[in-house]
Amino acid sequence: MTDKAQIRSEAARLMAFFEAKGAVAVEADILQPAGTFLDLYGEDIRGRAFVTHDPIRGEAMLRPDFTVPVVQMHMSDGAEPARYTYMGEVFRAQEESTHRASEYFQVGYEVFDRDAPIEADAEVFALIQDALSPLSLRAATGDMGLLLAAVRGLKTTDRRRAALLRHVWRPRRFRALLDRFAGRAPLPEGRAALLAKDDPMQDAGPQIGLRSAVEISDRIEALREDAAAAPISTQEVELLDDLLALRETTVNVLEHLRDIAVDMPAIADAVDRLEARAEALAKRGVDVDNLDFEGSYGRTSMEYYDGFVFGFYAETRPDLPPVATGGRYDALTSVLGRAKGHEIPAVGGVIRPEIVLELTAGGAK
Amino acid sequence: MTLKIGVPSKGRLMEKTFDWFGARGVELARTGSDREYAAAVNGIDGIELVLLSAGEIPRELAAGRIHLGVTGSDLVREKLGSWQDKVSELALMGFGHADLIIAVPKCWVDVNTLDDLDAAAAAFRAQHGFRLRIATKFHRLIRDHLRDHGVADYQLVDSQGATEGTVKNETAEAVADITSTGETLRANHLKILAGKPVHKSQATLFKSRNADWNESTRATLATLSEKLGIQS
Repeated sequence: MTDKAQIRSEAARLMAFFEAKGAVAVEADILQPAGTFLDLYGEDIRGRAFVTHDPIRGEAMLRPDFTVPVVQMHMSDGAEPARYTYMGEVFRAQEESTHRASEYFQVGYEVFDRDAPIEADAEVFALIQDALSPLSLRAATGDMGLLLAAVRGLKTTDRRRAALLRHVWRPRRFRALLDRFAGRAPLPEGRAALLAKDDPMQDAGPQIGLRSAVEISDRIEALREDAAAAPISTQEVELLDDLLALRETTVNVLEHLRDIAVDMPAIADAVDRLEARAEALAKRGVDVDNLDFEGSYGRTSMEYYDGFVFGFYAETRPDLPPVATGGRYDALTSVLGRAKGHEIPAVGGVIRPEIVLELTAGGAK
Repeated sequence: MTLKIGVPSKGRLMEKTFDWFGARGVELARTGSDREYAAAVNGIDGIELVLLSAGEIPRELAAGRIHLGVTGSDLVREKLGSWQDKVSELALMGFGHADLIIAVPKCWVDVNTLDDLDAAAAAFRAQHGFRLRIATKFHRLIRDHLRDHGVADYQLVDSQGATEGTVKNETAEAVADITSTGETLRANHLKILAGKPVHKSQATLFKSRNADWNESTRATLATLSEKLGIQS
């Protein structure tokens, strides 16, 4: 176990690196209002964060990440473009007894720049790679924007596209929905019987609760529409499967994606962005010929990533969590900025100094 | 050193527990007045009976303050994270059956499965501006179950009793609770979602992994297990 003072000084060293590159150092409260996180991540975060109660402010959480408070800080009084760096503990409850730490340091770097998002993606990745360069790490990348574009382009109803988009970050659920919309899985129990009824509300009993009769009949209408809709074609499902199964170097992936885009023109723009990003990364000295790309990367993280995603791993130490992770989270800024009606493209990443130290010590032995 | 066994302190669960042990030649009996929480074990030496609320038995087992305990399998799973690391199941006792289920208003004719519940929750949140509320006291079990089934846009609200009434009172849209016959649910115009229950619970004899298992308590457990006809 590495000493906490050592971890703090390693964090400070990494943060100084980002400051030297022009980032402004910022702080965030440890005690955060729980509501924002619950609305963003859903009830699952309750099992993964430390929830506590403040007699005045109500439910509070020990900071599960820095991204949300940093975005809020930027949106309330930040000037653009902006680059921030921060360090401190984050807290993650472990419900099952794993060996994962429930509190650990993060050092982060976040860029808010609406003019040159692709440059910003490359900048964040390259900076973190630089910061970690003494450790020989494997980088994995992905692009949630590609998958989202593919789903938005499916030839099916708006409702089905919306349902799939809502579950992109829950792969099993996404798969179950896709199978059903493609006519490859049976309807849920009771659905056929419901739709066969002339008056579905017969024998429904009294109307109780907040969900109104109109909401119920609206959904029945939506289910009827869905039952009448043509299945998503086998060809489209196969293209989507191809996309999700991609696992090659960035250069090979681009070639493969150009082929997919012939039949799935909806992803063409996203592929262009991927190519432009690869060029931007190459300009910053990243070896894109050997940079891994995974079509499904970023789908199971709790974060709100919806574009470029990446992680750095110590291949010799599969027992350790990733040394650094990051990505683009434009959707997060639009959700958090909804009340004020603005959004700003953002990308960032975090390094875990404790893991850096662990690897440095391991290498020195 | 005595082996401590915790059993529910009142009601049918206590009586059935006494019957179960009695049928196997181990007589549990309350001592003192009706209101005094004292009890004894006859037919076997070295055992101390501790009367406890069924809801506290999981915690006492996990802390190792009792060696054995009788409680519902639902309570152990709800109250103990990684319960298998803390206790083991010695015997399913065949009573106290109850299902942990999720129920919605009967008038929700469009909602029969978790799949429907998820879709209804998405629409509800868009319409009402907050996540669909499910009233329960089984937070861990329900949250794990809904996560495993990919249900989103809901929130759990705590309800320690009269849970079936929360929908009519408009403090929740759905409930997750224990039921054996479903009668209270029906009386409150609720219906159980199709599919397997979240958990099928029954009274279970648990062994603490954290209690002091020395030569003497292990020997007592061996004797007890033989009488009860179970593997320890």
